[in-house]
Amino acid sequence: MVGQSRVQRALSKIGFYAAIGAYVLFAIFPIYWTVKISVTPTRLLYTEGIKLWPSAMTMENYSAVLSATDFPRYFLNSLIVSISTSLIVTAIASLAGYALSRFQFRGKAVVSLLLLLTQTFPLVMVIPPIFRIMGSIGLTDNLYGLIVIYTAFNIAFATFLMQSFFDGIPKELEEAAMIDGCTRSTALRRIVLPLTLPGMGATISFVFTAAWSELLFALMLINSESQKTFSVGLLTFIGKFAVDWGQMMAASVMALIPVCIFFAFLQRYLVTGLTAGAVKG
Amino acid sequence: MASVTLRNVSKSFGSVHVLSGINLEIADGEFVVLVGPSGCGKSTLLRSIAGLEEVSAGDIMIGVRRVNDVAPRDRDIAMVFQSYALYPHMNVEDNMSFSLKLRKESVSKIGTRVNQASGTLGLGALLERLPKQLSGGQRQRVAMGRAIVRDPKVFLFDEPLSNLDAKLRAQMRTEIKALQQSLGTTSIYVTHDQIEAMTMANRIVVLNEGVIQQVGAPLELYDKPANTFVAGFIGSPTMNFIEGVAGAKGEVKLADGSSIATGATSLKPGHEVTLGIRPEHLQLSGKGLRGEVQVIEPLGMTTQIAVKALGQQLTLMAMERTALSPGQPVHLSASSKHIHVFDRANGRRFALT
Amino acid sequence: MTLASREQMTAKAPIRRWSMAAEPWLYLSPALVCIVTVLLVPLIIGISYSFWKFSAFKSQFAGLDQYRAMASDTVLHDALVNTLWWTVGSLFFQFFLGLGLALLLNRPFYGRRTVQALVFLPWAVPTFLTGLTWSWLFNPLIGPLPHIFYALGIQSEPVTILASPQTAMWGPIIANIWFGIPFFAITLLAARKSIPSEIYEAASIDGASAWQQFTKVTMPFLAPTIAITVMLRTVWIATFADLIYVMTQGGPAGSTNTIATYIYVSAFKALDKGYASAIAMLLLVLLIIYALLVIQMRRSLLKDA
Repeated sequence: MVGQSRVQRALSKIGFYAAIGAYVLFAIFPIYWTVKISVTPTRLLYTEGIKLWPSAMTMENYSAVLSATDFPRYFLNSLIVSISTSLIVTAIASLAGYALSRFQFRGKAVVSLLLLLTQTFPLVMVIPPIFRIMGSIGLTDNLYGLIVIYTAFNIAFATFLMQSFFDGIPKELEEAAMIDGCTRSTALRRIVLPLTLPGMGATISFVFTAAWSELLFALMLINSESQKTFSVGLLTFIGKFAVDWGQMMAASVMALIPVCIFFAFLQRYLVTGLTAGAVKG
Repeated sequence: MASVTLRNVSKSFGSVHVLSGINLEIADGEFVVLVGPSGCGKSTLLRSIAGLEEVSAGDIMIGVRRVNDVAPRDRDIAMVFQSYALYPHMNVEDNMSFSLKLRKESVSKIGTRVNQASGTLGLGALLERLPKQLSGGQRQRVAMGRAIVRDPKVFLFDEPLSNLDAKLRAQMRTEIKALQQSLGTTSIYVTHDQIEAMTMANRIVVLNEGVIQQVGAPLELYDKPANTFVAGFIGSPTMNFIEGVAGAKGEVKLADGSSIATGATSLKPGHEVTLGIRPEHLQLSGKGLRGEVQVIEPLGMTTQIAVKALGQQLTLMAMERTALSPGQPVHLSASSKHIHVFDRANGRRFALT
Repeated sequence: MTLASREQMTAKAPIRRWSMAAEPWLYLSPALVCIVTVLLVPLIIGISYSFWKFSAFKSQFAGLDQYRAMASDTVLHDALVNTLWWTVGSLFFQFFLGLGLALLLNRPFYGRRTVQALVFLPWAVPTFLTGLTWSWLFNPLIGPLPHIFYALGIQSEPVTILASPQTAMWGPIIANIWFGIPFFAITLLAARKSIPSEIYEAASIDGASAWQQFTKVTMPFLAPTIAITVMLRTVWIATFADLIYVMTQGGPAGSTNTIATYIYVSAFKALDKGYASAIAMLLLVLLIIYALLVIQMRRSLLKDA
C-alpha cells in the first residue's frame, strides 16, 4: 500500500507468506504423513516412525494390499456404487433441474422448499427406520440398497446444482433454436445439453465424491465381505487385523486417488457446488 | 417475403393486459419499427409474431396464413435477439448454417448461402471463430448473418443494437437499413430508442401500455403527433408542454395571464388544453412569454438553452450562437403554425385549421 | 380455412394446456418419488417408532415411555453437553480460520492457484480417511503429534490424546477443523470477491484504515453469507457422526459421545430403534428451535441496521 515504510511493507509481506505457508502446511501434512508411512518399510516403522522421510522406501505395502487383501474387491464395490449413484443422480437431477429452471408452474415454490428441507434435515433421523425398512425388503447387505439410499440423499443438492447450470444458459438460445427450426426437444438436445455437459460433469464428480466418502449407512447395511465398500472395508480391517500400519496407509492412499482426480476437475465448480449444497460436507 | 397482419391481437396475464386490441397491417417489404418505453408491450408483440409467446385473442397472419397455432420453426421467420443468442459451442459458420442444416438443405447450397451472407457482412475471415472470440459488433453481424442465410419471409429484430456503444450503433443502424433495402425482406424492429425508430423505419408504430398510440411515417409522427404521449416520446430534446385555457379565435391563456396565438381556431373558449412546442420552434424575441435563462449548453451546430418560465423549465434550441448568460431575463415566442394543441382531458391532438 | 382451423384450435387448446402444465411435473417426478420414498416416508415412520419399544422378539406400543426414559438417561445428558462442545469448538475454529484463509486468498500473489488447490484439498478427502489419518497422527507409535506436544510441554508424556476422557474430544474437533476450513474459506472468498473494489477505494480516500475497512466494509458485506453458512454448518456439524465414530466411537468412557453418535450406536448396535428414534426427535426439535432463534436474531439485527 501507498504510504507505508519499506520495513513495514517487508514485514507485512513476510507475515502474509508465513500465514499462507501455515495454512498449506496444516492442509497437506496429514496427507503427506499417510503417504510417507505407506512407503516406509515395516522394519523401519518404529525406529524411524516420526522422521519426516524414511531412510529407505518400499512399494511392498501397495503390492501386499493389492495381492493379499480384499481391498481390490472393496475398491471395485465402491467404484460400482459411486459411479452408479453419480450417473443416476445426475440423470434424475438434470430433469428436475431443467423443470425448475425453465418452467413457471404452480407448486414450484413448494417443490423447491421440499428439496431445501431434505438438504437441511439431519440424515441421522432416518437411520433407525431405514435400517428396518431395508431389512424387511431385502436391500441390506447389498450394493443396490446403498445406491438407492445415496441416490435419494444426493438428489436435492444435485438438482440445485443442475438448476444453477441451466439458469446459466440464456433462454434466448433455445428460442433462437426454435426459430431456426428446432422443436423443443431438438433444441434441448442440440443446444442446451451440449452447453450443460461441463455442469453435468461437475455434478457427477460432486456426487461421486459424496458416495465414495459415505461411511455410516454402508457400515450399517453391509455385512458380508463380498459387498463391502472401501470405507467399511478399511474400518473393519483395522478392527480385525491388529495393525499393519503400512498396508492400511497404502490402502488409504489408494482410496484417496479417485477423489483427488475428481477434485482436480471440480476446482472451477467449487463455489457453485458449495452454494447449491451449502449444507453438504 | 410476405405481409404481416395483426387483427385484434390481445394478451393478458390474469387481469393485466399486456397487449390490447392491436390491429396492424405491415406490407410486403416494409420496414416497421415498434417503439415505446420499456414495458409497453413491444417485445411481447414481436415475440408473439415469432411464436415464442401465445396471444390470448386475435389473429396473427403471415402472408395469407394464420399462424397462431404454428410453431416458431414453421413460421418461416428469422429473429435477431438483443443478446444475439449465438450458440456458444458453435463457430460462426455453424451458427449461420444451423437452420439450413436443420432443414436438410444440400451441402453446396448451405455453402453458397453462408459465403454470400458472410461476404455481405464482412465475416469471411471469422468463420472459424467461436462467439466468445468476437467483439460486440462482430457478434451482432453474426446474428444478422444467421438471420439472412435463411432468406425468411420476415425479419424480426428485438432491440438488436442496445448492447453496442454509441458509435457502433450509428454505423450498424445504417448497415441494417441498407441491408434491408437491398434484400427487400419485410422487417419488424423493436426498439426503445426513438432515434433508431426515426432513422430506420418506413413506418413507426408507437406503443404505450399495450395500446397502439399512432402509426405513421417518421416525419408524420414528428409533425403531427396524435397525442401528448407520442409528442413527448418522439423528438429529442423532448417537446415543451405548457398548460393553458382556450380563449377566442385560437388564443390560449397561460398561467401567468399572458396569452399565445395558436392555429386551433375552432376551440371552444374555456376548454382546458396542453400546448406542445418543439425546442427548435421556440424563439428568443423582443416580446412574448417572460422567462429567465438557467443553463446554456453550446453543442456547436446548435445551442440548447434552458429557460425558466411559468414555473417550469422550457428547452429552446437556437441555430445561432448566443451571448446570453444565466440569470438573464428573456422573452420567448413561437409561430402559431408550430404550436401543437392537445385536449388536456384525454391528451388528444386538435386538428389545426 | 380460418373457420376450420379455429375449431381445431378450440378442441386442441385444453389438451395442449394440460400437457404444458404436466410437463414440468413429468421431469420432476423421478426426483420427487425418490425423495418421498427414501427420505420422507422413513422420516414419518421414524417419528412413529419413537412411540414404540422394540426388542429381539416383539415390539409393543409404548406411548411416551421412550421420551420419559430420556429424562433419566445420564448418557444422553452427557451426550448433549458433548454435542455442544463438539459443535461450538469445531465451528469456532472452522469459521475464523476459514475467514482468515479467505482474506489471504483474496490478495493476488504468485502461485495462488496452486496454493488454493492445496488448501482446499481436505474438503475432498473422504471423512473416514480424515478420521483415520488424524487418529494415526495422534498415535505415538507412528504419528508425530504426541511427540510434538510433549516437546512443547503441552503433554507430560507422548501418548494419544484420544485415550484420555479429558482430551479425547479435541481429536475429532481438530480433524473436523481440518476438514471444514475449506468450506468456509470457499464460500467467504466468493462473497468477498463480490464486493466491488470501488467501495474500498472510496473508503480509503475517505480515510479508513485497513482495520476500519475490514470492520466497516468487509464484515457488513459478508454478514448475510456468514449468517446463513454458520447456521447451516451448525446443523450439519451437530448431526455429523462419522468423524467421531471413526476416531473414538464415542469413547473413552462416553467422553466423545454426541447425540448423533448416540443415535447411531443405539439404532445400530443396541436393538431398540424406538429409543434411537426418540433421541432423533429430540435432536430435530433442538435444531428447529436453534434455527428459529437464528432467524429471529437475524430479523432483529436487520431491523436495527
